[in-house]
Amino acid sequence: MENQPRSDLPNKTPRPKGELEELKRIWATPRGWRIVTTVNNTEIGLLYIGVAFLFFLMAGVLALLMRTQLATGNNDFIGQELYNQMFTVHGTTMMFLFAVPAVEALGVLLLPQMLAARDLPFPRLSAFAIWAYVIGGLVFFSTILYDLAPDGGWFMYPPLTLKEYSPGDNADFWLLGIGFIEISAIAGAIEIVVGALRTRPPGMTLAKMPIFAWSMLIFASMIMFAFPAVILATMMLEIERSFGWPFFTAAKGGDSLLWQHLFWFFGHPEVYIIFLPAAGLVSMMVPTMARTPLVGYRLIVIALIATGFFSFGLWVHHMFTTGIPALSLAFFSAASMAVAIPSGIQVFSWIATIAAGRKKFRITTASLFILGFLFIFTIGGLTGVMVAMVPFDFQVHDTYFVVAHFHYVLVGGMVFPLFATFYYWAPQAGRSMLSERLGRWVFWLMFSGFNIAFFPMHLTGLRGMPRRVWTYPSELGWDTLNLISTIGSYILGAGVLLFVIDLVLHFRPGRGGPENPWQAGTLEWLPNDVYSNRSIPLVTSREPLWDQPNLADDVKEGRYYLPNAPTGGRETLVTSPIDAKPQYVIQMPTSGWSPLLAAIFTAAFFLLLTVKLVTISIVCGILAIAFCLIWAWALDPGPSKGLVDIGGGISLPTYVSGPSSHSWWAMIVLMFVAGSLYLSYVFSYLFLWTVSPDTWAPSGSPAPPDLGWPAAAALLLLAGSALIVLTERMLPPAGTKRMAVPIAIFLAVACLVGSLGVELAGHWRTGLSPTANAYGAMVYMGAALFGQLAFTLVIFGGFTIARHFAGKLDRERRVTFDNMALLYHYTVGQSLFGLALVHGFPRLVG
Amino acid sequence: MMRCCFVWPAAAILLFVVSGCAGVQSALDPTGAEAERINTLSWVLIIFCTAVFIITAIIASVALFANERWRQQLAGERLVIGAGLIFPAVTLTFLLAYGIFVLGMGGGSADTSDGLRISVVGERWWWRVIYRDENGRRIESANELRIPVGRPVKIDLTSADVIHSFWVPKLAGKLDMIPGRTNTLTLDVTSPGVSRGQCAEYCGGAHALMSFFVIAMPEKDFAAWLADEAKDAHQPTDELETRGQALFIASGCGACHTVRGTAATGAIGPDLTHVGSRHSLAAATLPNNAEAFARWIRDGQHIKPENLMPPYPIFSDEELASLSSYLAQLR
Repeated sequence: MENQPRSDLPNKTPRPKGELEELKRIWATPRGWRIVTTVNNTEIGLLYIGVAFLFFLMAGVLALLMRTQLATGNNDFIGQELYNQMFTVHGTTMMFLFAVPAVEALGVLLLPQMLAARDLPFPRLSAFAIWAYVIGGLVFFSTILYDLAPDGGWFMYPPLTLKEYSPGDNADFWLLGIGFIEISAIAGAIEIVVGALRTRPPGMTLAKMPIFAWSMLIFASMIMFAFPAVILATMMLEIERSFGWPFFTAAKGGDSLLWQHLFWFFGHPEVYIIFLPAAGLVSMMVPTMARTPLVGYRLIVIALIATGFFSFGLWVHHMFTTGIPALSLAFFSAASMAVAIPSGIQVFSWIATIAAGRKKFRITTASLFILGFLFIFTIGGLTGVMVAMVPFDFQVHDTYFVVAHFHYVLVGGMVFPLFATFYYWAPQAGRSMLSERLGRWVFWLMFSGFNIAFFPMHLTGLRGMPRRVWTYPSELGWDTLNLISTIGSYILGAGVLLFVIDLVLHFRPGRGGPENPWQAGTLEWLPNDVYSNRSIPLVTSREPLWDQPNLADDVKEGRYYLPNAPTGGRETLVTSPIDAKPQYVIQMPTSGWSPLLAAIFTAAFFLLLTVKLVTISIVCGILAIAFCLIWAWALDPGPSKGLVDIGGGISLPTYVSGPSSHSWWAMIVLMFVAGSLYLSYVFSYLFLWTVSPDTWAPSGSPAPPDLGWPAAAALLLLAGSALIVLTERMLPPAGTKRMAVPIAIFLAVACLVGSLGVELAGHWRTGLSPTANAYGAMVYMGAALFGQLAFTLVIFGGFTIARHFAGKLDRERRVTFDNMALLYHYTVGQSLFGLALVHGFPRLVG
Repeated sequence: MMRCCFVWPAAAILLFVVSGCAGVQSALDPTGAEAERINTLSWVLIIFCTAVFIITAIIASVALFANERWRQQLAGERLVIGAGLIFPAVTLTFLLAYGIFVLGMGGGSADTSDGLRISVVGERWWWRVIYRDENGRRIESANELRIPVGRPVKIDLTSADVIHSFWVPKLAGKLDMIPGRTNTLTLDVTSPGVSRGQCAEYCGGAHALMSFFVIAMPEKDFAAWLADEAKDAHQPTDELETRGQALFIASGCGACHTVRGTAATGAIGPDLTHVGSRHSLAAATLPNNAEAFARWIRDGQHIKPENLMPPYPIFSDEELASLSSYLAQLR
C-alpha cells in the first residue's frame, strides 16, 4: 500500500470544476447571528468545550474563595450558609457541568476528525443537547449569586435534601442542573456509539481504530448503563420532594441508603467516564511526541474495557462507613483494588512508548502536561489503593485525605490531559497554535500550585479534618497545612489565568491552522475545511499519516472516496461496524432553528417548573416537543436519491432501513438506556423490600388487585404489539397510502394507554396510596415509568400517522415507522415484566 | 521534568515525619485499639505507595532521559505486563489480605456482659448521649462521651434527622448514623485522656460546628462519675443562681431542655442536668464557663448559625448573669 500508484486510488484527478465550491457551499457555516443555528460538529463542539471551560473557571473561582476562607482557623471571610452553597456548586459544576461535558465536547469536536467523517451522524441532536446544557447550566450556576444555590453537597444525600430539611427551591435547582447533563450525556452517548461504530473510514477495522475512539466508545457504553441509575434516583428524589412518595424516608419504609446505592452506582463509573476519554487522549499524544506507535495497543484496549467493566463493581466503596456487612466490604475492597491494574497497564504502556521512540521524547507544552498527568495521576492511583483498604477508609473517609485523593485523580486524570489537549489540538478548532513559551509557564504554575495545594491535604485529613467544614478551630493543628494549601491554590489559579491570557492572545477560532504541526500519524491531522476532509481515505494501518506518505495530498485532491456531494446536501459515509466496509451514504440535516428553539423551551420548561410556574412551563414543554417534531419532520428522507457513486467502482444507496440504518442503532442505544433505567427500578423495588418487608403487600399494604387486572393489562399490551406487527405487513408500496395503517397505529397506542389505565385503576381500587409507604411509592413508580414510555409513544404514534398522511411513510420510506415499532415492542416487553414484578412478587413473598 | 520527582516523595516523607503527632483529633496519634491497628496499616500503605511511586518515577525518568540502550530495555510489552499487570496483581493481593485481616480484628468480639451500653444519637447539630447502667436506668447527657479505659465499649449509633457520622480519629474509624438504622461501633481505649470527635458526614447547616469530646477514665473513676451523672441536678446555692433557676423555668427553657429534678423536662434540645461539668458548650463550639453561656443564650445564631435554638435577646444583662451562673453550677 505504501507506494500505491495514484491510478489505483478510488477517484481520478483533476476533479470536475465547481465540485469543491459546491462542498463549501453545502457545508458553509451560517453567517452573522445565524451562527447559533449551526449544527456542524466543529462549531458546536467549540461552543461545547468553551462553555465547559467557562464552568471550570467559575467553579475554580469558587474554589479559590473557599480556600481563602480556610486559610486560617476561625476565619469568617465567607459565612456558613454561603460556604455550604459554594462547595455544593463547586462539586456539582466541576463534575456535571465541566468534566463530563468537556470530554463529551472533545468527542464531538475530535472524533469525526479522527474518523475522517464529515460530521457526527446526528448533528441536530448534538446541537439540541449542547444548547440545553448551555442554558440550563448557566441558570443553575447563577443561583449562587442570589442565595438560591443548593447546599446539600454534590451527592445530595437524603434525608438532608428532602423537603423537611431543605425546604427551599435550592435542592430543586440541583436536580434541574443534573437533569440537563443527563439529557446531554445520553444524547452524546448515542452520537458517539453510532459515530464510532458506523462512520469510520473504509478499511479502519475496530483493530485499527484510534485509542481515543475506543475510549469514547467505552465512555458512551458506560453512560448508557451508569446514567440511568442517577436519572431514576433524581426522579425519585424530586417526586418525594414534590409529592411525598416516601422512597427515602425511613419512617415510612423508605431508606436513605437507596439513594446512596443508586447515586454511587452512577457516581463511581462517572469518575471513569471522565478519566477514560482523557486517557484515550494521552494515548494519542504520547506516540506523536515519542514518534513511534503506541506500545501495547491491544493491552490498552483491554485495559479500557476492563476499567469500564470493573467500575460498575466499586460503588459501595463510597459507602464503607455506612455499616454494611463485612463480606460486602471485602468484596468491594477487592474490586476497588483490582481496578488499579488496568490503570497500571496504561501508565506503563505510555512509559514503554516514551522509551520506544528512536529519538528522545519531545518536550512540548503538551508533553509537559502529559508528564504532569502521569505524576499526579500515579499518586492519585496509589492513594486510591489506600482508600480501597476498608479499615484505612474508616479513618480517612469524608476527610481532607479523600479531598486530596480525588483531586489527584480527577485533576491529574482529566484536567492535565485536557490542557495537553488544548495545546496539542488547538489547530483543530483555531487558525493558530497556542504559545509554547507561555504554555510552559502555565504548566509549571499549574503543576507546582496543584501539588502545593493538594499534597498537604493528605496530612490535614489524617490529622482529623473532615471535608465540607466552613471553619475549624485553630487549636487542632490544621492551620499551617491549610495555609500552604491556600497558597498553592492561588498558584494553580495563576497558572489557569495565564492560560486564559494565552487563549485571548493566540486563539482565533476558524479554519486553516498549521497542517500537522506535530507530525502526528492519525487522521484528524489531514488537511480539512468546513466539509472536514475533501475525500474519505481508505485506511490500512493505525497511523495512516505515517504509513501512507501521500495520504494528505491524495485526500485533499479528492482522490479518495466521496470527494463531492452527490445528493446535493450534507452527507457522510456509513461503514459496517467491525470491518468498516462502505455500506451507504447518510444524508444529514443542515443548520436550522429547530434544535436551538427546542433546547430553549426544554430549558425553560424545567426552569419554570423548578420555580413552580406550572402553567407557563407546560406551554414551554409543548413548544419544546413541537420544535423537536419540526426537526424530526425533516429527517427520514426516503430513497429518492437512489444509488450514488463514491469512487473506486463502489455504488452505495443513500437510504437504508432496518438494522443497517444508523437511526436503528440510535434507537437500540436508547433502548439500552431505558432498559438500564428499568433495571435500576427493579433493584430499588427489591432493595426497599429487603429493608422494610413489613410495609409490603399483602400484610403491610392492601393486597394487589385480582389477577384479572394485570391479565387485562397484559392482553392489551400483547394486542398492541400484534397490531404493530400487522401494520408493518400492511405498509403500502412507495408513494401510496392505506387507511388501515393510521387506524392500526392509533389502536395500538390506544391499547398502550388503556393498559396503563387498567394498571393504575387496579391499584387505586385496592386503596393503595403512593404516599402511604415505600411499597405504595414503588408500585406507582413502576406505573410512572410505564407512563413515561406511553407518553412518548402517543407523540411518536401521532407523528408516524402524520407522516403517513403526508405521503412520507410507506413500504420503502419507513425508518420512522421502524423506530416507533422498536420502541413500542420494547415498551410492551418492559411493561409485561413490570406487571409480573408488581403483581407477582407480593404474592410470591406474601 | 521527572527529575523533580525525587523531591516530592522526599518532601512527602519529611512532611509526615515533622508533622509528628499532635492534636486531640489526629488519626496519627491513636489511643484506641482500632485506631492503633489502622495507624500501623496506614504506615504500611504510606511506605508501600511511596516506594512504588519512586520506582515508577525512576522507570519514567529512564524512559525519558537515559541513553538508547537503557531506553530500549523498557520499550516493549514486557514492561507493561510486568510492571502494569503482574506486579500490582501480586502486591495488591497481599495488601488486600492484610486489610481484610485488620478489618476482621475489629469485628464484634467485645464483651458487653457488664451491662454498660451507650447510645449516641446524631441530631442537628449536636450529640445526644444515653448511658444505661447495670440496672437498665437511662442517664442522658449530650456532646460528651465518657468511657472506661481498658475494655471494649459498644456504642449504638442512630440519627434523629439526617445522616451524621460518628468519628473520633484517635480512638477508631468513623461509622455513619443513618435514620432507621442502628450501627454499632466498638471503642477500646488504651489510655486515659481526652480525644475530640467530629461529625464526618455533611449534615447541612452547622455541620462544621458539630463536635464533641470523649473522656476516657480509669474503670473506678468512670463508675463514680456515672453514679454522679445519674443523680438529679444540683440545687442552686446562692441568690444569683436561684434567680437564674427561676428565670430558666419561667422563660420556658424547659420546653426543650431537661434539668432532672426540676420542672424542666423538654426532650428537644440537649439534657442540661450536668451541663456545667462538660468540657465544652454547643457541641465543642464554646468553652464551658458562665460567660460562654451568656453569649450563647443571647447570640447563639452568630456563634453557630442555623442552630435550632432561637436567640434570646430579651434578657437583660443581670438576667443573663443569673441564668448563666445557674447553668454553670449544674455540675
